[in-house]
Amino acid sequence: MSRYIIKRVISAIITLFLVATLTFFLMYLVPGGPFLAEKAPSPQTMKALEEKYGLDQPVGVQYTNYMKRLLKGDLGTSLKMRGQEVNHIIKTRFPISAKLGLCAVILAVSVGLPIGSFAALKRGKFLDRLIMFFSTLGMAVPGFVVATVLMYFFGVKLRVLPTFGLTSPLHYILPVIALAFYPTAYISRLMRSSMLDIIGQDYMRTAKAKGVSQFKSLFKHALRNAILPVVTYLGPMLASILTGSFIVEKVFTIPGLGNQFIGSITDRDYPLIMGTTIFLAFLLITMNVLVDIAYKIIDPRIKME
Amino acid sequence: MKQNKNLMSLQLQVSDFLPASEDEKQGVVVMRESVSFWKDGFRRLRKNKLAMVSLVVIIAIMIFAFIIPSFYPYSYEQQIRGSENLGIMEYSKEELTRIQSGEKIFPHFLGTDSLGRDLMIRIMVGSKISLLVGIVASAIILVIGSTYGAIAGYFGGKVDMMMMRTVDIIYTIPDILIIILLSVTLKFPLQKLADNIQGFAWINTVGVGLISIFIVFSLLYWVGMARIVRSQVLALKEQEYVIAAKALGASDKRIIKKHLLTNSIGTLIVTTTLQIPSSIFTESYLSFLGLGVSAPMPSLGSLASQAIGGITSYPHRLLAPAVMISLIILSFNLLGDGLRDAFDPKLKN
Repeated sequence: MSRYIIKRVISAIITLFLVATLTFFLMYLVPGGPFLAEKAPSPQTMKALEEKYGLDQPVGVQYTNYMKRLLKGDLGTSLKMRGQEVNHIIKTRFPISAKLGLCAVILAVSVGLPIGSFAALKRGKFLDRLIMFFSTLGMAVPGFVVATVLMYFFGVKLRVLPTFGLTSPLHYILPVIALAFYPTAYISRLMRSSMLDIIGQDYMRTAKAKGVSQFKSLFKHALRNAILPVVTYLGPMLASILTGSFIVEKVFTIPGLGNQFIGSITDRDYPLIMGTTIFLAFLLITMNVLVDIAYKIIDPRIKME
Repeated sequence: MKQNKNLMSLQLQVSDFLPASEDEKQGVVVMRESVSFWKDGFRRLRKNKLAMVSLVVIIAIMIFAFIIPSFYPYSYEQQIRGSENLGIMEYSKEELTRIQSGEKIFPHFLGTDSLGRDLMIRIMVGSKISLLVGIVASAIILVIGSTYGAIAGYFGGKVDMMMMRTVDIIYTIPDILIIILLSVTLKFPLQKLADNIQGFAWINTVGVGLISIFIVFSLLYWVGMARIVRSQVLALKEQEYVIAAKALGASDKRIIKKHLLTNSIGTLIVTTTLQIPSSIFTESYLSFLGLGVSAPMPSLGSLASQAIGGITSYPHRLLAPAVMISLIILSFNLLGDGLRDAFDPKLKN
């Protein structure tokens, strides 16, 4: 087990290093620099600015400086928002996105699991088909469509829910539904197929033959085993919620990290782009490692390599 | 030839000893006509109603996207003066007076946008771009992924380990972040290449945005394909016919090309078909964020993105591309599922 964990952590560190390097050099490729977008400053000001931010040094030096600072956990200062540290920006923006994402995860799991199991129990019946139809549809509709359609119907047409910002619990409803839409559909499909798998197992028949009540056999025998494949989806689900948050935060004008990230791309704020990318990559990679390890602990049948 | 003979007679009948006719021979053959791999697959596919409907929908969308625009009276970048912001099937004042004077004006089925461009043709061209992205990107992924996976699986050992470690690492890179970064940054060097170096001018005709999307997708998305092909090849290379080919002195390249990849064709088709909708999904996502295909070229994602501003007055501008893109993705997904059941049932879980 510990060997597996060490291996996994080392490969995660390599990936992170690659992402950081790639990010740096990609940002370096962009010509023009971050100051050109503004009203063209005089050459002297440009020079002073470049000197201040170390952009006049050779690539190698910039790279090693960047990596050194990164190792200390310092992501640099934003170029556009004068004097604001990237760390500070992430610290203020991320909790908003995280809260939203967490709500979406809870919604997706708490809706997807029962719906999927229910469809499996009613296999072939009308309800099963209905659920499968909607979950197939849910996986085909892009997140931005869901977000904008929700906003249009509930915010603009019916005017029952707020569509702007995140100031009250009511404000959470639409963005959370938009974020959880795809994962819910995915989880319910996953749960249905794994539940069908389990229901056909011998031990389910044995339990039934021994007279275990249906309720007990479902919750004690079936559900606990059927849930395992869903655990593996937790990593990808986080990635998809993160991806969705860029869109949802843009559509609902939420001051979270996703909105900030998209903004920093249009602003060409290099350090902010790099910092956010590396932070998000770190988050995703760590979560994936944790999920993988958790999966091995939960399911002892998985071979430890 | 019946002759009245004594039942007990030993005299033989000549007709009993004639060679059997073709008809009689056919009756004795037990074997059915052999069913080829393709025939078998298509027979199963045809039974799947959902997949067949999706196939029809896909063909209809392709006609809509590739053929109709070539004789449509409006073009996607044509700005019609005085017909800005028309609703569904509306005409502008100028057009109405022209109709009254007996002229025939082609209707704007979905109205026009704020610059007076016909929305119907923009949706057609947008679907074309989305389909192109999906199909071309999947083709590139197919080539890279299958070659890589086949080589890793066939040679095995250290080669396999090194190659698959690389795949593992690329697999764990958070793709959407890198895709966003790449599509931000790649446009500049590509533009430079197209403008300054001879022989690369074609980049401008295809569009920098489109090319950078192809590059981005093919850089990151081939790993899934490589993994699937490798596991297929690992199983196939133990088969007798591979050993036979080796004994006959076939080169590695020939074995991979003629035996291993040909025999995993079912998997290849299914994986590629399922790759198309996921590429379209990502492209529309990027376009929605303003990072995809560059203006004035429309893509379904950018059309939806532009429509958000006026959603209160013109909801159909958002709904039309949204429905289109969902339809494309849905039908490709269902067709892919059908193909999988027909050609590669093992892949199901």
